[in-house]
Amino acid sequence: MVTTSETAQWVRPTKMMVVKQFLKGMPLTARVGLAIIVINLIVVVFAPWLAPYGETELVTDVWAPISAEHWLGGDHIGRDMLSRIIYGARTTIAIAFLATVLAFFMGIVTGFAAAVLGGIFDSILSRFVETLMAIPTLLMALVVISVLGSDLFVLVAVIAVLDSTRVFRLSRAIAMDVAVMEYVEAARLRGERLWWIMTREILPNTTLPLIAEFGLRFVFAFLFIAALSFLGLGIQPPLADWGGMVRESSSAIIYGIVAPLYPAGAIAILAVGTNLLVDYVLAWSNRSAATEFEV
Amino acid sequence: MNEETAGTGNGETLLEMQALRVEALGADGNPFRIVNDIDVNLKRGEVLGLIGESGAGKSTIGLAAMCFARPGCLITGGRILFAGTDLRQQDEDDVRQIRGVRAAYIAQSAAAAFNPAKRLNDQVTEAAVRHSVMSHSSATKRAKDLYARLDLPDPSRIGRRYPHQVSGGQLQRVMSAMAMTCGPDLLVLDEPTTALDVTTQIEVLATVRDLIRNNNTAALYITHDLAVVAQVADRIMVLRYGDLIEQGPTAKILHDPEEPYTKELISARTEDINTKVFTGMPENPVLAIRDVTATYDGEVDVLKNVGVEIGRGETVAIVGESGSGKSTLARAVTGLLAPRNGHVEFDGQKLSLALRERGKEELRKIQMIYQMPDVAINPRQRVSEIIGRPLTFYFGLTGKEREEQIFALLEEIDLDREFADRFPGQLSGGQKQRVCIARALAADPELIICDEVTSALDQVVAAGILKLLDRLQQEKGLAYMFITHDLGIVRNIADRTVVMYQGEVVEQGTTEQIFTPPQKEAYTRKLIASTPEMRTDWLDEVLRERGDLFDIDAAAHT
Repeated sequence: MVTTSETAQWVRPTKMMVVKQFLKGMPLTARVGLAIIVINLIVVVFAPWLAPYGETELVTDVWAPISAEHWLGGDHIGRDMLSRIIYGARTTIAIAFLATVLAFFMGIVTGFAAAVLGGIFDSILSRFVETLMAIPTLLMALVVISVLGSDLFVLVAVIAVLDSTRVFRLSRAIAMDVAVMEYVEAARLRGERLWWIMTREILPNTTLPLIAEFGLRFVFAFLFIAALSFLGLGIQPPLADWGGMVRESSSAIIYGIVAPLYPAGAIAILAVGTNLLVDYVLAWSNRSAATEFEV
Repeated sequence: MNEETAGTGNGETLLEMQALRVEALGADGNPFRIVNDIDVNLKRGEVLGLIGESGAGKSTIGLAAMCFARPGCLITGGRILFAGTDLRQQDEDDVRQIRGVRAAYIAQSAAAAFNPAKRLNDQVTEAAVRHSVMSHSSATKRAKDLYARLDLPDPSRIGRRYPHQVSGGQLQRVMSAMAMTCGPDLLVLDEPTTALDVTTQIEVLATVRDLIRNNNTAALYITHDLAVVAQVADRIMVLRYGDLIEQGPTAKILHDPEEPYTKELISARTEDINTKVFTGMPENPVLAIRDVTATYDGEVDVLKNVGVEIGRGETVAIVGESGSGKSTLARAVTGLLAPRNGHVEFDGQKLSLALRERGKEELRKIQMIYQMPDVAINPRQRVSEIIGRPLTFYFGLTGKEREEQIFALLEEIDLDREFADRFPGQLSGGQKQRVCIARALAADPELIICDEVTSALDQVVAAGILKLLDRLQQEKGLAYMFITHDLGIVRNIADRTVVMYQGEVVEQGTTEQIFTPPQKEAYTRKLIASTPEMRTDWLDEVLRERGDLFDIDAAAHT
């Protein structure tokens, strides 16, 4: 009665095909973004092998100029600038990534739950989140960190909580659209628990906007850490991190020494690179969402 | 239309499409034809019905008549002669002038065609004013004139309302007014009554037909419902997959079709599927709805003292217009909406009113199939996950056992094993609905609530689904609560019928009792009379009788 010939010409794309299609359609900007991210990842993973000197080793003169031994010169106490930037990538990116993952976990769970359960649960949670969002984030972070002290754990937790409010709002909004679908109603009628509905029915239908948001949130988290470090509340010396390095060497700029521009440039390049790639992911997901369901 | 009116076309050809070809880009990157070298010929005053299932290319032809193709589609061949000029040779500005003024389009969903933030008048007159056909004030005057002719209430003031302030049927008529403001030569009507209740459909059909007749307008009437097109069209073209199957005068197509596909289309609507003989009221009903009163906002009762019983292996149809409380009744049975009063018994046991208080077994025995298969199954889950989940959830099946059961279920719904691996996006509408049925079957239920399960499907596909449901009922002794507004289906499948109106049960009895005249209740009579029949003179007959049929709203049921 029903043959498969109706849909036979439509072959389900395998994961490899999707990846290939994703890479094939990339414009130059997205390729640049991807390259920047890949290079940064390599640096993060292989820092000890790539860095010519140790993170905290005093190997050269204060504000040493660029030379064959020290490609980017020395910093304010005579450490190798290039090595500091390579190790700095590790701390800055790892913490930003960790904080963003944590923020997404908290934001998605609470946001989805608010959308599915609705009612008083949603109201209380949403008002709480709005209150939290009303306080300027940097100010809030400064207060909390100066009270709790600035170890890495507190830093990650503070950034994650502050960021999760944005994630909450987004995931609640997109989950609202999905939660009214009849397949979610069917799951509720089956007797499924909240966790199943959130992870198996809603999450797969919201992954693309969440991935795109993840990229943006990651950039913000990473700029935020840089800002906190610049203010002296982020990652503490002697650990290298880009924001802190800008602060440490900032006084040099008045003497015409370009040292602070290196870490600042690293921050800017990674931020721009991530945005370039995220733009493409967004455009690509919109396009595939538009063509996917019309078969 | 009848033979005598079939000649109203005064011989002058208005629209001629020669070897029209429209192509779209497929998922594989290659173009494929959605309209395959079709010739269309339309005279002034003539109505041509385009019939076919979705994907037949009817809407594409309708839009091509105005030299327009949907995004992603392209008119790649043929000539489109409108009053002698080939639109494809004209530049876009000239074509646009024709589109708004001399040719007008009436879409299926009036609600989607109107801007909710603007008043009706502004939208109805927009084309005329923008194309400088008439001034704002004379356009408004003409709009009011049209409202009156379209039987809209309070014609001088209704235009000041916003789209959400009028009913669906009224909005559809306002859209007809919008199309008629410039006095077009050609009207393209794309399923203009499909989204309406049968009782409203009559009104719209009658007004649309009068408009066409009185203005000597040519029209393309696109629909999948043969009974509807029989009332308005002089000629019918039957299409499938972009090819012309058959064309001819309406009466010929209806009564003496040549092609097998046309015959199938016609029989899909008239075939009697239910083969059981009903034996009387159930003694031990599997489901008993007792005196249920329910409300959404705590003020207005959407269900009022509803009592319905469904016996084992029985199909009970719940019929009524939208807003009659049919779907709310389903929500009360499933527990999604806890009744304010009364209760629901299953197998003689009282069910907890609220969903979260019901046990797994209670939930398992009542399953549901929805109207829109597109949103009833998760697009990100494979078919095997969709129908496998109830197996795991209710019966703890895993691994090999589960897989075998999935294959067995696929076999029951007449789908190949390879469908287990697919995502819903790779299934047709009918196949999706079959997957929904399989998901319900996986729970091994005793009662399945079918909420308008065929209304989103093409007629031939719908007939297949109904046959499948009937077969499953006989094999497994399932009971169906069959919610629908389509009385044509009810007659073919239901053992008993419950007629609802404004949240109350107006009448219930065996389907034969309900459908055999004379009906006891005026509302039932009106509902049955409003269901289009497959003959060309049905609408005229109903309109002639409507004096006694349709003045019952006030005294609908006392």
